[in-house]
Amino acid sequence: MSDGLTLEQQQQLRRLLEHGLPLASRPYQVLAEQINSTEQAVLQHVQDLNAQGLFRRFGIVVKHRALGINANVMLVMDIEDERVHQVGAALGEAPGVNLCYRRPRRPGWPYNLFCMVHGRDRQAVEAHVAELLEQHNLLQRPHHLLFSTRAFKQRGARYSQVGAT
Amino acid sequence: MDDLCLRMLDRFQHDLPICAEPYQAIAEELGCSEEDIFQRLEQLNQRQALSRVGPIFDHSVAGASTLVALAVPEARIEQVAAQINALDEVNHNYLREHDWNLWFVLTGPNRAHLDQTLIHIQQQTGLTPLDLPMLTAYQINLGFALGKDSQVPS
Repeated sequence: MSDGLTLEQQQQLRRLLEHGLPLASRPYQVLAEQINSTEQAVLQHVQDLNAQGLFRRFGIVVKHRALGINANVMLVMDIEDERVHQVGAALGEAPGVNLCYRRPRRPGWPYNLFCMVHGRDRQAVEAHVAELLEQHNLLQRPHHLLFSTRAFKQRGARYSQVGAT
Repeated sequence: MDDLCLRMLDRFQHDLPICAEPYQAIAEELGCSEEDIFQRLEQLNQRQALSRVGPIFDHSVAGASTLVALAVPEARIEQVAAQINALDEVNHNYLREHDWNLWFVLTGPNRAHLDQTLIHIQQQTGLTPLDLPMLTAYQINLGFALGKDSQVPS
Protein backbone atom coordinates (compact mmCIF):
# COMPACT_ATOMS: atom_id res chain seq x y z
CA MET A 1 0.00 0.00 0.00
CA SER A 2 1.52 3.31 -1.04
CA ASP A 3 -0.69 5.45 1.17
CA GLY A 4 -2.14 4.84 4.57
CA LEU A 5 -4.16 8.06 4.96
CA THR A 6 -7.90 8.47 4.50
CA LEU A 7 -9.08 11.25 2.21
CA GLU A 8 -10.07 13.30 5.23
CA GLN A 9 -6.64 12.82 6.81
CA GLN A 10 -5.02 13.83 3.50
CA GLN A 11 -7.01 17.07 3.48
CA GLN A 12 -6.18 17.77 7.12
CA LEU A 13 -2.51 17.14 6.44
CA ARG A 14 -2.50 19.47 3.45
CA ARG A 15 -4.03 22.25 5.52
CA LEU A 16 -1.37 21.71 8.20
CA LEU A 17 1.42 21.71 5.59
CA GLU A 18 0.26 25.09 4.28
CA HIS A 19 1.18 26.44 7.73
CA GLY A 20 4.60 24.75 7.67
CA LEU A 21 6.33 21.96 9.55
CA PRO A 22 6.52 22.06 13.35
CA LEU A 23 9.94 23.10 14.66
CA ALA A 24 10.49 19.78 16.43
CA SER A 25 13.02 16.99 15.96
CA ARG A 26 10.40 14.71 14.42
CA PRO A 27 7.95 17.11 12.75
CA TYR A 28 6.07 14.40 10.83
CA GLN A 29 5.45 12.57 14.10
CA VAL A 30 3.86 15.76 15.48
CA LEU A 31 1.69 16.13 12.37
CA ALA A 32 0.73 12.44 12.56
CA GLU A 33 -0.52 12.93 16.13
CA GLN A 34 -2.68 15.86 14.98
CA ILE A 35 -4.46 13.75 12.36
CA ASN A 36 -4.48 10.41 14.23
CA SER A 37 -2.05 8.71 11.90
CA THR A 38 1.50 7.43 12.00
CA GLU A 39 4.77 9.16 11.25
CA GLN A 40 5.49 6.60 8.53
CA ALA A 41 2.17 7.16 6.73
CA VAL A 42 2.47 10.97 6.90
CA LEU A 43 6.05 10.96 5.67
CA GLN A 44 5.17 8.62 2.81
CA HIS A 45 2.24 10.83 1.79
CA VAL A 46 4.36 14.01 1.77
CA GLN A 47 7.00 12.22 -0.31
CA ASP A 48 4.27 11.11 -2.72
CA LEU A 49 2.92 14.67 -3.03
CA ASN A 50 6.44 15.87 -3.75
CA ALA A 51 6.91 13.20 -6.42
CA GLN A 52 3.61 14.29 -8.00
CA GLY A 53 4.98 17.83 -8.38
CA LEU A 54 2.61 19.50 -5.93
CA PHE A 55 5.44 21.51 -4.36
CA ARG A 56 7.33 24.21 -6.20
CA ARG A 57 9.96 24.09 -3.51
CA PHE A 58 10.41 22.66 -0.04
CA GLY A 59 12.53 24.41 2.54
CA ILE A 60 12.94 27.48 4.73
CA VAL A 61 10.63 30.31 3.66
CA VAL A 62 11.90 33.74 4.70
CA LYS A 63 10.24 37.13 4.85
CA HIS A 64 12.67 39.10 2.75
CA ARG A 65 11.77 42.51 4.15
CA ALA A 66 12.88 41.53 7.63
CA LEU A 67 16.22 40.46 6.13
CA GLY A 68 16.88 43.92 4.71
CA ILE A 69 15.74 43.12 1.17
CA ASN A 70 13.10 45.80 1.18
CA ALA A 71 13.45 47.55 -2.16
CA ASN A 72 10.95 45.48 -4.10
CA VAL A 73 9.80 46.51 -7.55
CA MET A 74 7.25 45.08 -9.94
CA LEU A 75 8.38 46.00 -13.44
CA VAL A 76 5.46 45.89 -15.87
CA MET A 77 5.89 46.12 -19.64
CA ASP A 78 3.73 46.14 -22.74
CA ILE A 79 5.48 43.75 -25.13
CA GLU A 80 4.16 42.85 -28.58
CA ASP A 81 2.30 39.52 -28.47
CA GLU A 82 4.53 37.95 -31.10
CA ARG A 83 7.67 38.78 -29.08
CA VAL A 84 6.47 38.33 -25.50
CA HIS A 85 7.57 34.68 -25.07
CA GLN A 86 11.06 35.45 -26.30
CA VAL A 87 11.40 38.53 -24.07
CA GLY A 88 9.86 36.72 -21.09
CA ALA A 89 12.26 33.80 -21.41
CA ALA A 90 15.25 36.13 -21.69
CA LEU A 91 14.25 38.31 -18.72
CA GLY A 92 13.38 35.22 -16.67
CA GLU A 93 17.00 34.13 -16.92
CA ALA A 94 18.46 37.56 -16.20
CA PRO A 95 20.30 38.04 -12.89
CA GLY A 96 18.20 39.52 -10.10
CA VAL A 97 14.82 38.67 -11.67
CA ASN A 98 12.98 36.50 -9.14
CA LEU A 99 9.69 36.14 -10.95
CA CYS A 100 8.70 36.70 -14.57
CA TYR A 101 5.10 36.16 -15.73
CA ARG A 102 2.87 36.92 -18.68
CA ARG A 103 -0.57 38.19 -17.64
CA PRO A 104 -3.53 39.53 -19.64
CA ARG A 105 -3.97 43.17 -20.61
CA ARG A 106 -7.20 44.78 -19.38
CA PRO A 107 -9.08 48.00 -20.15
CA GLY A 108 -7.04 50.65 -18.34
CA TRP A 109 -4.13 48.24 -17.92
CA PRO A 110 -1.93 47.90 -21.00
CA TYR A 111 0.90 45.77 -19.56
CA ASN A 112 1.32 42.05 -20.30
CA LEU A 113 4.76 41.12 -18.89
CA PHE A 114 5.62 41.30 -15.17
CA CYS A 115 9.03 40.93 -13.48
CA MET A 116 9.84 41.14 -9.79
CA VAL A 117 13.24 42.52 -8.81
CA HIS A 118 14.25 42.68 -5.15
CA GLY A 119 17.18 44.49 -3.61
CA ARG A 120 18.46 46.26 -0.54
CA ASP A 121 18.39 49.76 -1.96
CA ARG A 122 15.95 51.57 -4.25
CA GLN A 123 18.59 53.32 -6.40
CA ALA A 124 20.42 50.04 -6.96
CA VAL A 125 17.20 48.33 -8.04
CA GLU A 126 16.33 51.21 -10.39
CA ALA A 127 19.79 51.05 -11.94
CA HIS A 128 19.53 47.28 -12.29
CA VAL A 129 16.16 47.53 -14.03
CA ALA A 130 17.43 50.26 -16.37
CA GLU A 131 20.33 48.00 -17.31
CA LEU A 132 18.00 45.05 -17.94
CA LEU A 133 15.75 47.16 -20.18
CA GLU A 134 18.71 48.47 -22.14
CA GLN A 135 20.33 45.05 -22.57
CA HIS A 136 17.10 43.62 -23.92
CA ASN A 137 16.27 46.61 -26.14
CA LEU A 138 13.12 47.39 -24.21
CA LEU A 139 13.60 51.05 -23.27
CA GLN A 140 11.24 52.12 -26.06
CA ARG A 141 8.44 49.81 -24.95
CA PRO A 142 5.80 51.20 -22.56
CA HIS A 143 6.81 50.15 -19.05
CA HIS A 144 6.38 51.20 -15.46
CA LEU A 145 8.12 50.49 -12.14
CA LEU A 146 5.78 49.83 -9.23
CA PHE A 147 7.80 49.91 -6.01
CA SER A 148 6.07 48.51 -2.96
CA THR A 149 5.89 50.94 -0.08
CA ARG A 150 4.11 48.80 2.52
CA ALA A 151 3.47 45.11 3.11
CA PHE A 152 0.04 44.67 4.67
CA LYS A 153 0.20 40.88 4.61
CA GLN A 154 2.83 38.26 3.75
CA ARG A 155 2.17 34.60 4.41
CA GLY A 156 1.76 31.24 2.70
CA ALA A 157 -1.11 30.56 0.31
CA ARG A 158 -4.21 28.64 1.34
CA TYR A 159 -5.50 26.38 -1.43
CA SER A 160 -7.66 24.14 0.72
CA GLN A 161 -11.36 24.88 0.78
CA VAL A 162 -11.66 27.90 3.05
CA GLY A 163 -13.23 27.00 6.36
CA ALA A 164 -12.26 23.33 6.04
CA THR A 165 -10.13 21.98 8.85
CA MET B 1 22.84 36.96 11.36
CA ASP B 2 25.88 34.76 11.80
CA ASP B 3 27.71 32.68 9.21
CA LEU B 4 25.88 29.48 10.11
CA CYS B 5 22.50 31.18 9.66
CA LEU B 6 23.52 32.55 6.25
CA ARG B 7 24.76 29.16 5.13
CA MET B 8 21.55 27.57 6.34
CA LEU B 9 19.43 30.05 4.36
CA ASP B 10 21.53 29.86 1.23
CA ARG B 11 21.44 26.07 1.23
CA PHE B 12 17.96 25.19 2.51
CA GLN B 13 15.43 27.57 0.99
CA HIS B 14 15.16 24.73 -1.55
CA ASP B 15 15.58 20.96 -1.37
CA LEU B 16 15.08 20.35 2.33
CA PRO B 17 15.11 16.54 2.65
CA ILE B 18 11.66 15.06 3.28
CA CYS B 19 12.76 12.64 5.98
CA ALA B 20 11.83 11.86 9.59
CA GLU B 21 14.44 14.22 11.07
CA PRO B 22 14.91 17.10 8.59
CA TYR B 23 16.50 19.50 11.08
CA GLN B 24 19.07 16.86 11.98
CA ALA B 25 19.72 16.45 8.24
CA ILE B 26 20.36 20.23 7.95
CA ALA B 27 22.71 20.06 10.93
CA GLU B 28 24.69 17.16 9.48
CA GLU B 29 25.15 18.85 6.14
CA LEU B 30 26.24 22.14 7.75
CA GLY B 31 28.43 20.46 10.38
CA CYS B 32 26.64 21.65 13.50
CA SER B 33 24.13 20.32 16.02
CA GLU B 34 20.37 20.15 15.57
CA GLU B 35 20.11 22.50 18.55
CA ASP B 36 22.22 25.07 16.62
CA ILE B 37 19.68 24.87 13.78
CA PHE B 38 16.68 25.34 16.09
CA GLN B 39 18.45 28.34 17.65
CA ARG B 40 18.98 29.98 14.25
CA LEU B 41 15.39 29.35 13.19
CA GLU B 42 14.18 30.80 16.49
CA GLN B 43 16.37 33.89 16.00
CA LEU B 44 14.88 34.40 12.53
CA ASN B 45 11.44 33.95 14.00
CA GLN B 46 12.09 36.60 16.65
CA ARG B 47 13.18 39.02 13.91
CA GLN B 48 9.91 38.22 12.09
CA ALA B 49 12.07 36.97 9.23
CA LEU B 50 10.86 33.34 9.24
CA SER B 51 7.60 32.62 7.48
CA ARG B 52 7.72 28.83 7.93
CA VAL B 53 9.61 25.67 7.02
CA GLY B 54 8.00 23.40 4.47
CA PRO B 55 6.42 23.36 1.03
CA ILE B 56 5.49 26.17 -1.30
CA PHE B 57 2.70 24.69 -3.39
CA ASP B 58 2.67 24.87 -7.16
CA HIS B 59 -0.52 26.88 -7.59
CA SER B 60 -1.37 25.33 -10.95
CA VAL B 61 -1.38 21.87 -9.37
CA ALA B 62 -2.67 22.83 -5.92
CA GLY B 63 -5.57 25.02 -7.05
CA ALA B 64 -6.09 28.41 -8.64
CA SER B 65 -4.54 31.82 -8.10
CA THR B 66 -4.61 35.30 -9.55
CA LEU B 67 -2.95 38.67 -9.03
CA VAL B 68 -5.43 41.42 -8.21
CA ALA B 69 -5.11 45.20 -8.07
CA LEU B 70 -7.45 47.84 -6.70
CA ALA B 71 -7.29 51.61 -7.26
CA VAL B 72 -7.99 52.74 -3.71
CA PRO B 73 -8.53 56.43 -2.84
CA GLU B 74 -5.74 57.44 -0.47
CA ALA B 75 -8.07 58.21 2.42
CA ARG B 76 -9.47 54.66 2.31
CA ILE B 77 -6.20 52.72 2.11
CA GLU B 78 -6.12 51.53 5.73
CA GLN B 79 -9.74 50.45 5.68
CA VAL B 80 -9.61 48.63 2.35
CA ALA B 81 -6.24 46.98 3.11
CA ALA B 82 -7.74 45.63 6.34
CA GLN B 83 -10.79 44.30 4.48
CA ILE B 84 -8.51 42.55 1.97
CA ASN B 85 -6.17 41.19 4.68
CA ALA B 86 -9.15 39.63 6.44
CA LEU B 87 -9.80 37.30 3.50
CA ASP B 88 -8.34 33.83 3.95
CA GLU B 89 -7.79 33.68 0.18
CA VAL B 90 -5.25 36.54 0.35
CA ASN B 91 -1.61 35.87 1.10
CA HIS B 92 0.53 38.76 -0.14
CA ASN B 93 -0.94 42.26 0.00
CA TYR B 94 1.21 45.28 -0.87
CA LEU B 95 0.83 49.00 -1.36
CA ARG B 96 2.53 50.06 -4.61
CA GLU B 97 3.27 53.39 -6.30
CA HIS B 98 0.61 53.61 -8.99
CA ASP B 99 -3.07 54.60 -9.40
CA TRP B 100 -3.64 50.84 -9.11
CA ASN B 101 -2.07 50.96 -5.66
CA LEU B 102 -3.19 47.88 -3.72
CA TRP B 103 -1.82 44.59 -5.07
CA PHE B 104 -2.57 41.16 -3.65
CA VAL B 105 -2.60 37.49 -4.59
CA LEU B 106 -5.76 35.40 -4.28
CA THR B 107 -5.55 31.62 -4.02
CA GLY B 108 -8.29 29.02 -3.69
CA PRO B 109 -9.30 25.50 -4.58
CA ASN B 110 -10.48 26.45 -8.10
CA ARG B 111 -11.19 29.38 -10.43
CA ALA B 112 -14.90 29.49 -9.60
CA HIS B 113 -13.98 30.13 -5.96
CA LEU B 114 -11.77 33.05 -7.02
CA ASP B 115 -14.59 34.49 -9.16
CA GLN B 116 -16.85 34.48 -6.09
CA THR B 117 -14.12 36.13 -4.03
CA LEU B 118 -13.66 38.88 -6.66
CA ILE B 119 -17.42 39.59 -6.62
CA HIS B 120 -17.31 39.73 -2.83
CA ILE B 121 -14.40 42.20 -2.95
CA GLN B 122 -16.24 44.44 -5.40
CA GLN B 123 -19.38 44.43 -3.28
CA GLN B 124 -17.53 45.01 -0.04
CA THR B 125 -15.23 47.79 -1.24
CA GLY B 126 -17.23 49.32 -4.09
CA LEU B 127 -14.03 49.15 -6.17
CA THR B 128 -13.62 47.20 -9.41
CA PRO B 129 -10.74 44.73 -9.14
CA LEU B 130 -8.20 44.22 -11.90
CA ASP B 131 -8.00 40.42 -12.30
CA LEU B 132 -4.62 39.36 -13.74
CA PRO B 133 -4.22 35.57 -13.70
CA MET B 134 -0.88 34.17 -14.78
CA LEU B 135 -0.83 33.06 -18.42
CA THR B 136 2.79 31.93 -18.70
CA ALA B 137 5.51 31.57 -16.07
CA TYR B 138 8.99 32.28 -17.41
CA GLN B 139 10.71 32.26 -14.04
CA ILE B 140 9.55 31.43 -10.51
CA ASN B 141 12.35 31.61 -7.99
CA LEU B 142 11.25 32.73 -4.59
CA GLY B 143 14.44 31.88 -2.76
CA PHE B 144 16.82 34.71 -1.93
CA ALA B 145 20.56 34.27 -2.13
CA LEU B 146 21.82 36.12 0.94
CA GLY B 147 25.47 35.16 1.15
CA LYS B 148 28.41 35.50 -1.17
CA ASP B 149 26.53 34.27 -4.25
CA SER B 150 23.81 36.88 -3.85
CA GLN B 151 22.54 38.47 -7.06
CA VAL B 152 20.37 40.88 -5.12
CA PRO B 153 21.25 44.43 -6.19
CA SER B 154 22.72 46.12 -3.12
